[in-house]
Amino acid sequence: MKVERSVRVEDKLFCNRYLVDAGRPHIKVRAHTKPSPQLLALLKACPARCYDLNDKEQVEVTVDGCMECGTCRVIGEPTGDIEWGYPRGGYGVLFKFG
Amino acid sequence: MIEERFDAIVVGAGMAGNAAALTMAKKGMKVLQLERGEYAGSKNVQGAILYADMLEKLIPEFREDAPLERHLVEQRFWIMDNRSHVGLHYRSEDFNEERANRYTIIRAQFDRWFSSKVREAGATVLCETTVTDLAQDAYGRVIGVRTDRQDGEIHADVVVLAEGVSGLLGTRARLRERPKPNKVALAVKEMHFLPRETIEARFNLNGDEGVVIEAAGTISGGMTGMGFIYANKECISLGIGCLVADFQRTGRTPYELLDRFKRHPSVAPLIEGSEVKEYAAHLIPEGGYKAIPQLYGDGWVVVGDAAQLNNAIHREGSNLAMTSGRIAAEAIFQAKSRRLAMTKENLALYKRMLDRSFVLKDMKKYKDMPRLMHTNSQNFFLTYPQLISKAMQTYLRVDGTPKTEKQKSTLKSFVNARSWIGLFGDAFRFARAWR
Repeated sequence: MKVERSVRVEDKLFCNRYLVDAGRPHIKVRAHTKPSPQLLALLKACPARCYDLNDKEQVEVTVDGCMECGTCRVIGEPTGDIEWGYPRGGYGVLFKFG
Repeated sequence: MIEERFDAIVVGAGMAGNAAALTMAKKGMKVLQLERGEYAGSKNVQGAILYADMLEKLIPEFREDAPLERHLVEQRFWIMDNRSHVGLHYRSEDFNEERANRYTIIRAQFDRWFSSKVREAGATVLCETTVTDLAQDAYGRVIGVRTDRQDGEIHADVVVLAEGVSGLLGTRARLRERPKPNKVALAVKEMHFLPRETIEARFNLNGDEGVVIEAAGTISGGMTGMGFIYANKECISLGIGCLVADFQRTGRTPYELLDRFKRHPSVAPLIEGSEVKEYAAHLIPEGGYKAIPQLYGDGWVVVGDAAQLNNAIHREGSNLAMTSGRIAAEAIFQAKSRRLAMTKENLALYKRMLDRSFVLKDMKKYKDMPRLMHTNSQNFFLTYPQLISKAMQTYLRVDGTPKTEKQKSTLKSFVNARSWIGLFGDAFRFARAWR
């Protein structure tokens, strides 16, 4: 599946303030061999492009840059594909304008 | 465990949480408010328009020191196709009044100010604290919260869940369902900075006058969604949102949609040369009246976005949040002053008071609108905007074609696209949902 590359999300996220809670990601993807349609949908629906495919064609999540909107929770939590929570207090995205 | 006991714990420092905490603290209750962000507002995202009336009921003199951007004198609504827009504008000098009715605000700044008022009223506000669970007794009654701090269990007579649209605690405790993809919209937004003179010139404004533009049409690519452009003092809030289920169905990406909106020939000149200083994303409750969950139970009430209180048709959300927070606080205070326990039976007063307010009356009025919009998105967001735009162009372009022929071809294009039955059906369904 080809993910939209024409717009560089990285550049957008670069202007945001973010505090990484190293080693304690607040979202986890359940181990899988073949990703479900819901999991694949996250590659495109996530506005921070946190989800990507690894070289085994499995879906991975990198939460650095996550804006905690909850879109992946709404799509991926009911099927058990992801475990979703908020970052620890003070960590994660810090909006200056919001 | 923190031994101190509170009359009420408020989870979240957004519009609903701040309104609830402020109202209870002002009445002398012992209130603890917990916020996971570094400061109140650091996790909150909104367009954002502030309706003065609802804030005045909480802080009558807010205009003296609240961080307000521009008071709105003009509202524009755009129906867009890929190259044009048909606009409806309302501008009135009457909106240049001393106590203006609507303002643009920047949420992170506004919420910080709002939170300072909550502290002044005597509430204990604890930031950088994520509430992980509700504490419940053996009967399932809510008796407090657990946080990610050490010894983080704290007890109170009642917990006000002002935890926002995603509402993790209430769903984890099975007090309500998690939001579904067809009942929430994902909106993405950028803050575009420009010199204030440039903004005033481009939007035709004097001083602190402001304009908002709401836009619908082919910009959402057939999905149920809208774009918005709000003029602040020195920046422009620009964003677009569509139903999560539509993103899921189409595989469109939110940032590509935002980018297309920005490049539209009607939008691009407004933001030309701007510096983008923030990119944000947020869910918006779109399920309407039928999506409102159980609002109270033993030891808890839910307010604001967490209760799905959003009027999508009038784009009113934060004022419903503020009002529901205030009303919940008043109901809790009434129960407390009558020495009643915070049981489901006694907290039902909150729902009765909310039913009598504009909040649930307005939500009820449009109870059929979400389904109509969500099941006819191709017609309302793609076909009609294109037909209307084409009709306007045919009407305006002078090329020697007799007017009767023009009218005939326009009518034919509508009938071809939707058929007579379709056209009447859409008009009828729309009128019914609106009445």
